[in-house]
Amino acid sequence: MALEVLAFVRHDCPVCDQVLPALDAAGARLVSQSSPEDTAAQAARLELSRVPETDVELTLSERFDPAAVPAVLLLDDGAERDRVEGLARDRMAALVAEAGGTLRVEGLPAMRPGCGSMTRDPEVAARLAARRARAGGRIVARELSIGELEDPFEALHERGLTDGLPVVPPTPERVVVMLEHTSRHPQDLVAEVPPYGGRATVEKVAINAVMAGCAGPELPIVLAALEAACHEDFALHGVVATTAPPGPVVVVSGPYALAAGMNAEGNALGQGNRANVTIGRALQLTIRNVGGGRPGREDRAAHGGPGKVGFAFAERLDATAPWPGLAHARARLEPEETGVTVFAGEGPRFVVDQLAREPGALAASLAAELEHVASARQRLAWDALLVLGPEHARVFREAGWSREQLQDELHRLTHRPAGELVRGAGGIADGLDTRQITDPAAPVAKFAAADRILLAYAGGDAGLFSALVGGWASGELGSEPQTVSVEPWR
Amino acid sequence: MALTILDPTAERDPAGRPLAARSGKPGTVGLLDIRKPRGDIFLDEVEAGLRARGIAVLREAKPTYTKPAPVDLRRAIAERCDAVIEALAD
Repeated sequence: MALEVLAFVRHDCPVCDQVLPALDAAGARLVSQSSPEDTAAQAARLELSRVPETDVELTLSERFDPAAVPAVLLLDDGAERDRVEGLARDRMAALVAEAGGTLRVEGLPAMRPGCGSMTRDPEVAARLAARRARAGGRIVARELSIGELEDPFEALHERGLTDGLPVVPPTPERVVVMLEHTSRHPQDLVAEVPPYGGRATVEKVAINAVMAGCAGPELPIVLAALEAACHEDFALHGVVATTAPPGPVVVVSGPYALAAGMNAEGNALGQGNRANVTIGRALQLTIRNVGGGRPGREDRAAHGGPGKVGFAFAERLDATAPWPGLAHARARLEPEETGVTVFAGEGPRFVVDQLAREPGALAASLAAELEHVASARQRLAWDALLVLGPEHARVFREAGWSREQLQDELHRLTHRPAGELVRGAGGIADGLDTRQITDPAAPVAKFAAADRILLAYAGGDAGLFSALVGGWASGELGSEPQTVSVEPWR
Repeated sequence: MALTILDPTAERDPAGRPLAARSGKPGTVGLLDIRKPRGDIFLDEVEAGLRARGIAVLREAKPTYTKPAPVDLRRAIAERCDAVIEALAD
């Protein structure tokens, strides 16, 4: 049995100064967390018989992880048997005695708290956590070095890694903190991301989430949104490459949306809420950086839209909600579960009706606007996401209308006689091919089915408004909205 | 001090794709309709022009313009054609 006394100290700790001469005289193994220069200066100042060893990389300190120094440990063949942190004179003397030594206690106070161990310094602790993550295979991403004379924000732009706005530099320390917000292993594969099929592991998504400015609790939502957007039926390759303007619009339904800080109320589709803005942005940055979809190259949008920077909002599922959430309806989630729905959509349009108090009248008003998704002449190939505001949704809630009832009514009301839609009608060249029309009075639907009109609920209390998000080529021949649960990513 | 960051990309090098060998003969030209409206009209014109020059033409079409061409279709074109023209019409 080999007993050893190991003492961790720092050069700038007055309590270490007090106890070091006694530990030196007792023959303890002295290990300083400070630099060799500072340690040598401290040894000279205290007239120690030797200069303590240094633990510059804090490898030994990390192993025993003291909260405070001085930390005096009794080791038995390297295994810890006892420890004293700070100065507890009598306990420390007893510990040294157990190893066969003598601690001269004259002049030492009975009790004095020590100083924080270097390993608990937030910056150092983060660096050590990152080192552990790499050593343990949790972090495997290539490290990029930004030179001392480079501005990190400019350097990230120059390397083509941003969406045009500044990004938070994804240091290993920040990424490791981000990864604490999911139970999933960082090397779990989330998706292969179009257009090039880049492998998005949890780690890669976390890196892009850091860059987007996400707070940690947002990560599971970003992971779920990416899973949904990369489902084959969402056709993300086409969404990225199309000349049309859509991007993945992320609708988050369920209690975790609010727990993660998302906004479902006033200005939910706008700026000012960190989670709403950064979740959508993190998804788009992942598509750009991991998938390789870059504007002007793979992304051939003629105009694009501000929603392509990122477009995410939470559904308002409080007592004012007219029905359960969009994700709950689509994926049969339990109320306490949170789900993400992605929809290939353009930017939102403002829809006003300040007079309708009856559900039928309001449905007619909303249907009139739905006709104009893409163009009134475009039929059966475009979906829509209608975000009802509270003052509009109240009309349907008080009348007892279900989600399906409103969808059916909107679908019924968005039929037009074929003769009004043919090429040349009204002086408009675009339209249905006249050769395919046998009866000009036959109604032609705007949407392929009632459930192609997605209904979400969000917004501030005041304003008899809704928001309309036009879709893209839809259904089997285009993009089908996808809903997944956030829970497996938490 | 230099700043270390983690690479946010998929860390893939672009695959090098050398040009196919040129035989000097016209061979068979594949015309791939991606199913954009009126792409077929454009390809009809291209086909007529090629045939007038004595070039064999093979017409193919993707199921939808919104998604990449299926693997089998790509393979069929690669095996049966010496060149391919994709129609990106609207």
